[in-house]
Amino acid sequence: MAKPENEITWKDLNVGFVVDEPGNASVYRTGDWRSQRPLYNRERCIRCGTCYIYCPDMAIKILEDGYIEHDLYYCKGCGICVQECPTGAITMVEEEEKDGD
Amino acid sequence: MATRVGMEVSIAAAEAVKQANADVIAAYPITPQTHIVEHLSELVNNGELDAEFVPVESEHSAMSVCVGSSAAGARAFTCTSSQGLALMSEIVYAAASLRLPILMILANRSLNSPLSIWNDHSDVMSIRDCGWIQVFAENGQEVYDHVFIGFRVAEDRNVLNPFMINIDGFILTHVIEPVELLEQEVVDRYLPPYQPLYRLHPDSPVSIGCFGPPVLFTEAKKAQNEAFCKTMPYIIKAWQEFGDLTGRYYHPIETYRTEEAQTILITQGSLGETASIAIDMMREKGEPVGLVKIRLWRPFPFEEFRKAVRGAELVVVMDRAVSYGGPGGPLAGEIRSALYPQEDHPRVVNFIIGLGGRDVSPEDFVQMAQRAKATPGQWYEIYGVRE
Repeated sequence: MAKPENEITWKDLNVGFVVDEPGNASVYRTGDWRSQRPLYNRERCIRCGTCYIYCPDMAIKILEDGYIEHDLYYCKGCGICVQECPTGAITMVEEEEKDGD
Repeated sequence: MATRVGMEVSIAAAEAVKQANADVIAAYPITPQTHIVEHLSELVNNGELDAEFVPVESEHSAMSVCVGSSAAGARAFTCTSSQGLALMSEIVYAAASLRLPILMILANRSLNSPLSIWNDHSDVMSIRDCGWIQVFAENGQEVYDHVFIGFRVAEDRNVLNPFMINIDGFILTHVIEPVELLEQEVVDRYLPPYQPLYRLHPDSPVSIGCFGPPVLFTEAKKAQNEAFCKTMPYIIKAWQEFGDLTGRYYHPIETYRTEEAQTILITQGSLGETASIAIDMMREKGEPVGLVKIRLWRPFPFEEFRKAVRGAELVVVMDRAVSYGGPGGPLAGEIRSALYPQEDHPRVVNFIIGLGGRDVSPEDFVQMAQRAKATPGQWYEIYGVRE
């Protein structure tokens, strides 16, 4: 959309709230929903890719070297990657906490 | 030349849907709506109407099919009653918010329980705030005419909103009345093919029915309400142009012998014809009584209504639904809200009548007018109950 959501007025909306710009769901920051954030420990990661397969929001990227990175723009903090990781390489921390606290 | 024939009102309604050249009809049978969709299924089966007739498994699906096909650019029609409307209601609201120009005939019938197949207005009042344009028809001719008017209004680019025609179950649906049928050429002149603003089509993809996060939901509702409130002049214009073509003119509020009237009765739907007989009886005795009929229920014609009752001392509102623990019937609540801003407003008395198929005679109207006049205050009662 041309404008940020919080600047859109009622007059800007299309008839019937129709979205006539396909594919714009990708700009929606679902990361805003998060109350807990995944914390990744590269030392424990065996590069199996299980977290990547299970992530429901495709918010995990596999890097060239096989390690992973969470995309916090989309990550809702559901914790499924933590549950599925066979080596405990991912933990959840409160959103307010700094890494490693 | 238009032909005048004796015809069951349901059949006339179905014939109008045929003449309006609907593309999709989705319906589930329910008394007293059944004859309308039965006849439409025959017309489609016999090849007289080139439409998709979808015999759905429920009313919820009926409206869902209408929403989907209308979003794809089809002229969609459905028809229901009572419990069917209740089951359908989730999608009824969606159709309005999506601004899809669907036409529905609601054959008014009471809501369970006790189980009743007969007529009152409790079904339509349950979805008062659904965002559809809602009219009440008084006789068969009005039902037939409003199929064309309804599609015309709904599909107007300045409107784009679903349209509901309320017709009293049995009292209208199952009665044979004289109906003047329009020449196809007149219908085609009045009702051009539907040109959707948006439609689901792979060539220009759009999303219809998206979710609205808190940051946008209020803006969406404001936009819907503003658009809905602005439909009034286009409804009036469609009535005017229909009148110019056919000689039958309709208005948001119809009046009958209201000149110099001190007492005014208010009705919706087929009760208007019975009440007008009562008005004649009372006028004959020199009583200054008149009748105001609310044709357009949503958007409510506040200005036209205030004008119609100007000068009256007493307004007697006839409701056909109960608002349990509320201010009276739903219609009386609206009437009081409409009159409240006026400094010198008339007294409002409210009778709840004609529930679940109970007949209301002209004598009943005379009696209610007399009782309202003789008993001071603003009050309501369910009329004609055995104590």
